[in-house]
Amino acid sequence: MAKNKSKKGKKGNKNSSKGNDAPKIERNWEELGLMMGLEIHQQLNTKHKLFCPCSTELTDDEFDDGIIRNLRPTQSELGQIDRAALQESLRDMTFKYESFNNHTCLVETDDEPPHALNREALDICITIASLLNMKMVDEFHTMRKQVIDGSNTGGFQRTGLAATDGYLDTPYGRVAIESLGLEEDAARRIDSDDEFTEFRLDRLGIPLAEITTDPSMHHPEQIKEVAYMIGQVLRSTNVKRGLGTIRQDVNISITRGARVEIKGVQDLDLMPEIVEREVQRQLALADIKDELIKRNASVEDTIYDLDEVFKDTSSKILSSANCIKGIILRGFDGLIGKEIQPGRRFGTELSSYAKKMGVSGLFHTDELPAYGIGAEEVEAMKEFLKINPEDAIIIVAHDEDVAVNALNEVIRRANMAFDGVVEETRKALDDGNTEYMRPLPTANRMYLETDIPLFQITDDMVEPIKNNLPELPDEKKERIKAEYKLSEDLANQIVRRLLGDTFESLLSKVKVDPTTVASVLVSDLRDLKREKVDVSIFDEDKLVEIFSLLEEGKISKDAIKDLMIAVSKSPDEEVGIVAEEANLTLLSEDEVRDIIHEIATQNESMIKERQMGAMGPLMGMSMKKLKGKADGSLVNKIVREEIQNLMN
Amino acid sequence: MTYKEISKEFLDKANVTVGDTIRVTKEDIAYEGILLDRSEDAKDAYIVIKLDSGYNVGVNIESAAIELLEKGEQPKIGFEGDRIEKDPNKSNISIISTGGTVSSIIDYKTGAVHPKFTAEDLLRANPELLDLANYDVKALYNILSENMKPEYWVKAAHSIADDINNGADGIVIAHGTDTMHYTSAALSFMIKTPVPIVVTGAQRSSDRPSTDAFLNIYNSCGAALSDIAEVTVLMHNSLDDGDCALHKGTKVRKMHTSRRDTFRSIDSEPIALLRDGKVKSVNLPYTKRGENELELNTEIESKVALIKSYPGISSEIIDYHIDNGYKGLLIEGTGLGHVPDYMIDSLQRANDEGIPVVMTSQCLYGTINMNVYSTGRLLQDAGVISGMDMTPETAYVKLAWALGQSDELDEVKRIIQTNVAGELTESSSLKYFLN
Repeated sequence: MAKNKSKKGKKGNKNSSKGNDAPKIERNWEELGLMMGLEIHQQLNTKHKLFCPCSTELTDDEFDDGIIRNLRPTQSELGQIDRAALQESLRDMTFKYESFNNHTCLVETDDEPPHALNREALDICITIASLLNMKMVDEFHTMRKQVIDGSNTGGFQRTGLAATDGYLDTPYGRVAIESLGLEEDAARRIDSDDEFTEFRLDRLGIPLAEITTDPSMHHPEQIKEVAYMIGQVLRSTNVKRGLGTIRQDVNISITRGARVEIKGVQDLDLMPEIVEREVQRQLALADIKDELIKRNASVEDTIYDLDEVFKDTSSKILSSANCIKGIILRGFDGLIGKEIQPGRRFGTELSSYAKKMGVSGLFHTDELPAYGIGAEEVEAMKEFLKINPEDAIIIVAHDEDVAVNALNEVIRRANMAFDGVVEETRKALDDGNTEYMRPLPTANRMYLETDIPLFQITDDMVEPIKNNLPELPDEKKERIKAEYKLSEDLANQIVRRLLGDTFESLLSKVKVDPTTVASVLVSDLRDLKREKVDVSIFDEDKLVEIFSLLEEGKISKDAIKDLMIAVSKSPDEEVGIVAEEANLTLLSEDEVRDIIHEIATQNESMIKERQMGAMGPLMGMSMKKLKGKADGSLVNKIVREEIQNLMN
Repeated sequence: MTYKEISKEFLDKANVTVGDTIRVTKEDIAYEGILLDRSEDAKDAYIVIKLDSGYNVGVNIESAAIELLEKGEQPKIGFEGDRIEKDPNKSNISIISTGGTVSSIIDYKTGAVHPKFTAEDLLRANPELLDLANYDVKALYNILSENMKPEYWVKAAHSIADDINNGADGIVIAHGTDTMHYTSAALSFMIKTPVPIVVTGAQRSSDRPSTDAFLNIYNSCGAALSDIAEVTVLMHNSLDDGDCALHKGTKVRKMHTSRRDTFRSIDSEPIALLRDGKVKSVNLPYTKRGENELELNTEIESKVALIKSYPGISSEIIDYHIDNGYKGLLIEGTGLGHVPDYMIDSLQRANDEGIPVVMTSQCLYGTINMNVYSTGRLLQDAGVISGMDMTPETAYVKLAWALGQSDELDEVKRIIQTNVAGELTESSSLKYFLN
């Protein structure tokens, strides 16, 4: 069956595995006319949701109520029903919403009208807009954007345009930031079965900033860099952090293709691969189009009953279905099996349209005989439908209405093949491929949210924020580097990994070498984490305790990592006591001298023989014994003295 | 166009009207898009532009320049289509629209949900209704239900009677929810009906995909086809889009400002539950289809006041209504049916002047009993009539209707205390609270 094979990876097909193994083709992006834009959604770290007082934290508690709802598409302000909304409406839309007595309220369940716009969220937007050199709108209008996939209880997402016309300077040149929207996050999809799709209401209504660039990016690495830079700007403001709090969508088109929106790119490193594979897909579809026209191909509207042909089939999938239906694609032979992305064929595209109608996949003649369908059956079917060798057949087995709907979708999609690439919203898959989600939405999806008053944004709201902007990552790096005399690499890592605030706060409390603090934050903590040490206990207070011991000369900086391991084992004990118990505190000069004296005495003959040349071996032996318990320079001094004593 | 003063002048000067494509240029920014209308109550000196992206944006026109790019059509709301054909094998339902959320649509002229939708539009938006029956649809009036008046009840009752006489097998009334229970009570007293009369509404407007209007209307039509020939209210039974509750028109009340299941049976339970356009279960006995002949009695006295008692209330309030010619007073007393004892003289005065005073309770649940405390006994001595277990709203409507039937105090008292349309329940079941 032409299912999504790339997910599991087809045996023996190297291309279907993760991006890195795929052969790299150096493409001429300019010649292809590659145009890309970004849309970034970032959750804001406000205390309350955008239109109600509920918390913006997610919960994994048991829900209190499951509310069952249906949605219906409606007319928009401009008098037409939206294409994307209508598409979704063809499916039966029953939803279950998990609600909580104390974590969500009647606003999320779409019973109580929304409360006033959250000012804190708007203020964060003003900060972001200012950092991205944008102009705030004079008056914020909350809109209803129709989304009837159930992810919003009202059947629409509340969204508004906050700012426009900004820019960001990048190593690849200036990128225009077209718009900044402020909107509600959608409910979390939990589960889906035949009866209904289940959503949890905790995420619904968390404020999201939506940043859209213009489609002016031309290189796959550029889009990754721009996404990274916008992410850095966002993180310098009060936004949520962690998995799922930022989501990137990419718009892609090439000259021979069409605009496709790819949703939900989680991993920035995967972005260039997604672009490469989308370009590959668009080129393949354009080739298929040319070939179809050359062949004078056509799609037949008739849906045929194939029950008779397969009445004795040994295919379990076919024999267990209520009915088997098929359509004829004239002149499509060989093209349905053509690979358009690693592990995905043109048939996969047809199949993903069919799946929207409830089937789990389809069969086509390019892949048959297979799946328990024998060669004689395939021949019998071809005979039965009287097709020519250059034609193809698509089969669907399911309940009658589902099968008919699915094949109608396949017919619709097959007809679109004559236009080449279809404008679509697609979902990013983990391997860099994409899968059809729905048609591109049109502007009609939006109309005014009348329950919320229009909100004027005046200069006296904007100016104070503009005059007190947070430091951008690059500025911060340069400043930290200069102020604390850090290496470029350390300063860079401190900022990239959002450790700047902790770093500066620590140094305001303890007077120790900044490079030591930076190394602990950047390297030691990461190493310990890799060694499965629980690093969550190392909050700022704990780190201050550790660095205080260093400041007071009680431990050596070489002992810090061992001390942290010891502390992680007794997190409730005072760090000073842990250090002593673990024997990590510095020895006094006399104690150090005693130990070195003993080593020197044992090696007296070597010293006499090699004179100062014994310095190296003796240092090695001493440090081995004293590591972390004495400062290296002290050891060096005493070793030198002890050698000189014995030389005479 | 509802632009006013500064904005209007700005637009007129450029010969721009709503629907035109324009460009507005300011010092550091320009916007291009379609000019939309602006809510009448919104701030002046701003205009609304719909951008290509679909977003609306408000632009302050101070030191802005406007340019007309293209004349446009004013966007229209409404469904176009052919006449809907009738199926001779199906029953006939008459849908009467009176306005309210259930029959309203977003109106960007005023920027609010507005009753603009006709009942015909409603059918086109909800074609599934045609599976159930044939429909006659009419917009009787188009008001928000807070603007309802007793004279509209009369008009509705006559219209319903006409439809029944013309062969309607059931009546559905689309109504605003705020005062729906007053209307259902009024129709209950005014009409003896051989067919179901179902009053329904919506808490969430029908312009939104999540509206409760469709399910309520659909199940109301189911109820209108059923055997339950009473005046009823049908709304969601819970927050789910699942069962709808069919309440007795005299025993129901709006109990929540916004929930879909806001209508609850008070001192009663729903007659039946409906699901998928069919009666799913029946809780109470009811009057069957055809059991009653159609009888209309719409005489009503609208000069009746509903007065709520509270700590610190002054008897001046009672005197004011007597002095201003009120014909009846409905008291929403405390507890078992009390007002402060210093008000008794004024109530006695009302009684002496032939003005009936009927007592109900602001507890809403439970029956009046003025025998337990001395104040209650004094109130009875002053002629105060027990409203028994009627809700204040039902009792108010019934008093107005009773005064339409007679101006004799004794006769009014008799009517109030006689069950006319299921408004009085003798036995207080343990089930009848917060159900």
